[in-house]
Amino acid sequence: MDWLLHPWPWYVAGPLIGLTVPALLLLSGRTFGISSSFRHICSIVFPGRSSIPYLRDNDWRKESWNLLFVVGILIGAFVTARFLSAEAIVLLPASLATTTGMIKLFLGGLLVGFGTRYADGCTSGHTITGLSNLQWPSLVATLSFFVGGLASTAITHYQSF
Amino acid sequence: MRISSLFVGIAFGILLIKSEVASWFRIEQMFLFQEAHMYLIIGSAVAVGAASVALIKRLGLHTVDGEQPVLKVKPFHKGTIIGGVLFGLGWAITGACPGPIFAQIGSGQMLALVTLAGALVGAYLYALLKSHLPH
Repeated sequence: MDWLLHPWPWYVAGPLIGLTVPALLLLSGRTFGISSSFRHICSIVFPGRSSIPYLRDNDWRKESWNLLFVVGILIGAFVTARFLSAEAIVLLPASLATTTGMIKLFLGGLLVGFGTRYADGCTSGHTITGLSNLQWPSLVATLSFFVGGLASTAITHYQSF
Repeated sequence: MRISSLFVGIAFGILLIKSEVASWFRIEQMFLFQEAHMYLIIGSAVAVGAASVALIKRLGLHTVDGEQPVLKVKPFHKGTIIGGVLFGLGWAITGACPGPIFAQIGSGQMLALVTLAGALVGAYLYALLKSHLPH
């Protein structure tokens, strides 16, 4: 059982991630996707929600499975870090734990929230689910994600030389 | 059953940490083409997802509640590209797409709360600006 405590190889984790699509579809009758949770949270907490159509016309109660799913991610990640890991989990570089780093994270997060809502989905809704369902708009979305990611990484690395 | 999405979410959270998909370092190495890990994860996930969807359609399987399963279809518009590129920029900076933001927080990486705050403000900005953006 020692393997359980270490990172899992791609050929175990990848296929299991793919099974999320049929699991949600058959158990909850829902289409796998995570970034709509941002919209739901905005609909619940942000001011002006009753006058902004995108937030007002969003029946988040009907889509509350999505918020439950996100709570599940929090629990799953907590359990894994606490009980299923041989070594401490480090997911972010120490360089981001500075004022500049936190500004970067906030602005990067802003792009993630704005971009995924504008594009109608993220890596789960478009790349995993959309491609699994052979939707060409999701292929365009996925290629766009990579154009942005490659450009950003290239710029950062060019600067540091 | 609504509650089942909580359990699928728990499994997904475990997978995001165990696969290291929620790691900033893995995302950077993916965008620098330094390792195949992320590409293999995404590729095998899509292959299994596509086979499952095809099988569900072919066999005409129903949900546990006896309903016809429906996969939401997302129509193409200008935001698919513009929003997609903007998200990609943010993905590389934060080392997290939406699922991993929550996984990072759950694992105890409290810095990711800053990423989440940004993402919520970003979604709010989209809600405010939506009618002025090309779609």
